Amino acid sequence: MTRNAWRRFSSGTALTVMYALTGLALVPLGLVLWFAASKGLPAVLHPEFFFNSERPTGFPGGGVSNAIVGTGIMVGMASLAAIPVGVLSGIYLAEYGVSRWASWVRLASDVLVGAPSIALGLFAYAVIVVPQQHFSALSASLALAILMLPVVIRTTESAVVLIPRGLRESGLALGLPRWRVSLQLILPAAAPGVITGTLLAVARAAGETAPVLFTGFGNPIFSLDPTQAMASLPLVVFRDALTPYKDLQQVAWGAALVLVVMVLIINLGSRWVLRRQIRLAGQL
Amino acid sequence: MIQPMAHIGRPELRTMPGAAPAKFQVDSLSFFYGKTQALKDITFQIPEKRITAIIGPSGCGKTTLLRVFNRMYDLVPDARAKGSVVLDGEDILTTTKLLLLRQKVGMVFQRPSPFPMSIRDNVAFAPRLLGWKSTKISEIVQQSLERAALWDEVSDRLDAPATSLSGGQQQRLVIARCLAVSPDVILMDEPCSALDPVATLKIEDLMVQLAHDYTIVIVTHNMQQAARVSDFTAFMLMNTDHRYGELIEFAPTADLFNQPQDSRTEAYITGRFG
Ligand SMILES: Nc1ncnc2c1ncn2[C@@H]1O[C@H](COP(=O)(O)OP(=O)(O)OP(=O)(O)O)[C@@H](O)[C@H]1O
Ligand SMILES: [Mg+2]
Repeated sequence: MTRNAWRRFSSGTALTVMYALTGLALVPLGLVLWFAASKGLPAVLHPEFFFNSERPTGFPGGGVSNAIVGTGIMVGMASLAAIPVGVLSGIYLAEYGVSRWASWVRLASDVLVGAPSIALGLFAYAVIVVPQQHFSALSASLALAILMLPVVIRTTESAVVLIPRGLRESGLALGLPRWRVSLQLILPAAAPGVITGTLLAVARAAGETAPVLFTGFGNPIFSLDPTQAMASLPLVVFRDALTPYKDLQQVAWGAALVLVVMVLIINLGSRWVLRRQIRLAGQL
Repeated sequence: MIQPMAHIGRPELRTMPGAAPAKFQVDSLSFFYGKTQALKDITFQIPEKRITAIIGPSGCGKTTLLRVFNRMYDLVPDARAKGSVVLDGEDILTTTKLLLLRQKVGMVFQRPSPFPMSIRDNVAFAPRLLGWKSTKISEIVQQSLERAALWDEVSDRLDAPATSLSGGQQQRLVIARCLAVSPDVILMDEPCSALDPVATLKIEDLMVQLAHDYTIVIVTHNMQQAARVSDFTAFMLMNTDHRYGELIEFAPTADLFNQPQDSRTEAYITGRFG
């Protein structure tokens, strides 16, 4: 074999192997989607699945409206707490982040990213559920907010760091105070990146079971009261899938499908926003 | 032998620095980045409503000197200046009114840096944040764009994103943005180095126009540019023993280019080094 042919052969082999491995990496994703869709669709195809609350086994027409609304409320409250704090901390780290205090914040948020989510649930349980002696959506939101916080902080920081220094200097050279430049010039410029980060955090919080397990606890009755136990989609999947009843298992698959699609949409949305950020940053 | 240059600077202003009142009085200015000295004992006066060019080889401290005039160096940790730089009777090195100083002394950077918003908002941004009356702001936008010789090109698309402008237009937009806060002085750090020759000429014309009302200090690598537009020129050089920048010669532009007093100036403008 000539050297050239050998080169072409080895390059071709390497490419093939890479394609094969990439394909392999996509297999689990495909399987998850396939299973969720094929098993969940029969449940989801009945409109009452979205309008009715959970029902015990043997009572047809059960749905997950209580869980969809519950997940929405709990993740919403967690977002209201975590996103402003996280975004402001992220800006702080990016813009003023050379101090000792900043490196502590950074370390803490890195540790928090890696913290097992069940530990966060346990924390909220100890701090809110135990003293109040009942489960509540609020306690679940606390656990979810702590889960989201470090993700929001670090993605905000990296989005803000991407903004070219010239923009910041131009703002300051106009005689504007530094905090206004940070919040009113740099943050809007970094907005798509920040939004991406918060969307990812929201998606993660929506899909987590452990933090809501012994905080929100679940509630078969439709409830909007944040001080009481509340249903959520991951909990429906967790509980109903473990029952021996076919109809409840069906509901679990349906709830899983709803969850997967929700998270997928949020993720795709965040990628779309991120692309805009990259295009924008390229123009600055 | 240096060829005498004809048409250098604005002939009507070819006077000694003393003839125009000084806007900046720089006295024994030294500058340090941490322990490294970047400027040593710089003393000269920047005349009001004139164009002063700062030239010299790369790394001699031109940008460093320019960033003293609006205290932009405050952003660099450990940077400090010694000596005094008096602007309108106040030493800017010790002033506590930093934001007012920066409104009074605007700056245009090498790379045009439009804000990621509309053309109108770019100009209106600072006046709005400074809380100026909103009724006045549209007037300010038009006036600033007119003064920056951009109004005719953008008046029908003020709401288009600023990034859709050409590089030269962006640089004029940045100048308009800077004019919107009514500065006295405009600092420019190689404002044309990212532009093509036509856009460069437009900016140069604009500078000459603006010099009727504003004091302009421009750093440039381009000696022809300094010769074309400036009234006064400062030549800086890095001291080879100590590696700090020094002011070698400061004179009306025509004098500096035609009869340099220092052999190092002569060597630089005839292209023997730098
Ligand atoms: N932020 C900084 N920290 C430390 N040293 C710096 C900093 N900025 C500039 N210097 C140093 O100060 C000296 C002067 O730099 P300066 O940027 O003022 O030169 P210049 O004349 O503008 O050069 P150029 O023509 O290449 O733009 C250089 O030796 C440079 O390395
Ligand atoms: Mg420079």
